[in-house]
Amino acid sequence: MSPFDRAADRRAAAAARHRLLPEGRVAGPMPWIIAIMMFLTVLSAAAGLGLGAAVQAMGADLAGRATVQIVEANADQRDRLSASVAQALRTTAYVRAVHPVAPAALADQIRPWLGQDAVSGDLPIPALIDIELTPGETGAKVDRLRHQLRAVSPKVRIEPHAAFLAPLAGLLSTLGWLAAGIVLLMSLATGAVVVLAARAAHDSHRGTIDVLHLMGATDVQIARLFQRRIGLDALFGGALGFTVALLVIVLLGARLLATGSELLTAIHLPWTDWAILAALPVGCVLLATLAARWTVLRSLGRLL
Amino acid sequence: MGFTAARPLCHGRQVGEAGSAKAPKTRMSAIVQFENVGLRYGLDSETLSDVSFSLASGGFYFLTGASGAGKTSLLKLLYLAQRPSRGVIRLFGEDVVTLPRKRLPGFRRRIGVVFQDFRLVPHLSVYDNIALPLRVAGMEEAEIDAPVSEMLNWVGLGDRGQARPATLSGGEQQRVAIARAVIGRPEILVADEPTGNVDADMARRLLTLFEALNRLGTTIVVATHDLPLIAQVGSAQMMKLDKGRLSDPTGSLRYPPRPPGAG
Repeated sequence: MSPFDRAADRRAAAAARHRLLPEGRVAGPMPWIIAIMMFLTVLSAAAGLGLGAAVQAMGADLAGRATVQIVEANADQRDRLSASVAQALRTTAYVRAVHPVAPAALADQIRPWLGQDAVSGDLPIPALIDIELTPGETGAKVDRLRHQLRAVSPKVRIEPHAAFLAPLAGLLSTLGWLAAGIVLLMSLATGAVVVLAARAAHDSHRGTIDVLHLMGATDVQIARLFQRRIGLDALFGGALGFTVALLVIVLLGARLLATGSELLTAIHLPWTDWAILAALPVGCVLLATLAARWTVLRSLGRLL
Repeated sequence: MGFTAARPLCHGRQVGEAGSAKAPKTRMSAIVQFENVGLRYGLDSETLSDVSFSLASGGFYFLTGASGAGKTSLLKLLYLAQRPSRGVIRLFGEDVVTLPRKRLPGFRRRIGVVFQDFRLVPHLSVYDNIALPLRVAGMEEAEIDAPVSEMLNWVGLGDRGQARPATLSGGEQQRVAIARAVIGRPEILVADEPTGNVDADMARRLLTLFEALNRLGTTIVVATHDLPLIAQVGSAQMMKLDKGRLSDPTGSLRYPPRPPGAG
């Protein structure tokens, strides 16, 4: 037999095997249930991965950054003190960059809350200096700077950025873990749906199974028929749910970008995360196939 | 071809001997051996009790008895659909009662079964139904067509290969069931009331098919309560079940009674 004939023979044998269970792939609710679950799973996973990336970006961004405040009511003294503090910071070895915040920029930032009074000069607004520290041991360096600046003036304070954004980062991290939990629960639910569907299919094809069994078909031969059928249903449902979820993620991404918010635009998906999302429908098919095989083999194991 | 079925003998014990330590020696050609077999469903009383017999390879056997006597239960033990509650069953020389479950498919492939209710797979064509045992056995597709076509012609359904079972008459379905049971050239063919749903003419033709198969060396076991049918097979032996017990398994209950001194 030539390789071509052998391939044709294998195709014919596969077609004959596939006829053993009635055709009609998208039959029953299982593919649609899997589509809905895949849709929700992909959205949850995308949210988890996006929030994780945001927390990571935020952490990388904020690590080693701090703001020095010069809280002095007298504007002249404040300017002088600010200049001397900036100079002192520039000469500190572990301070990589010093960026005094321009009074106009500061006024712009507080104007939404305080109105035009913010720039009238009547309000004592502290001077701010943003600094970047050299990498590593941020906490210790901030403590050393705090001592150093207190020696210059007790009116000078230093606040590491990570400290005031820590609760937000914690919230995002918790949401990320919640999303991971949801993905896990959805996977378990998908497995349970497949087990129920496999049992139902097994029961409804009991007559055919009995005949095959008594003809000497092995459990694995029979289980393969169900594996394939349920695998195809899972493939259809998974692909459909994934595609719709993908569209929603792209649309949401566009909306997040449109907000212009630095925080919201930090929620993004690098290509590795897209690869993880793409692996979800594949995992769903594998999970469904294995669950179907396990269920059918268990059912057959009860027969003689 | 080339196989001439010797006049088979049915070796067994009277009910009173069941369980005796002095079990009769079976011949080397015994293909089926039952020793003190009992079968109980759940907590009910035994459906089969103390059944002991052996069947010679290449023999033709009828199993008869009234409805509810246990014929189908005995056949289920024979084609490995059921394990006995007690006793020993040997098929092809091996104890199948203690045989690991994973080895049973290999034994089942050596046994063809014609079910009382045919059990054709309704969504498969006649052709695919008949090809089923060959596909289960892993035969290549290219090698399947010739025997299936030959079998279709043999049972007179050469032009109905693509028909669905539901479109066939009872007799045609019966012939498909027989073709499916014999296409794998089983060593034992078990048929449960194969003529129960067909007219007398068809019953005679089916029996002719069984005899032809028997001449090829297949051991035939047919459960029936159709005594005139039994009379048509001169070489056959008859076992009778009565309330779950095998009575007079020596063949003397043949119908019509065998003349003294005959075979």
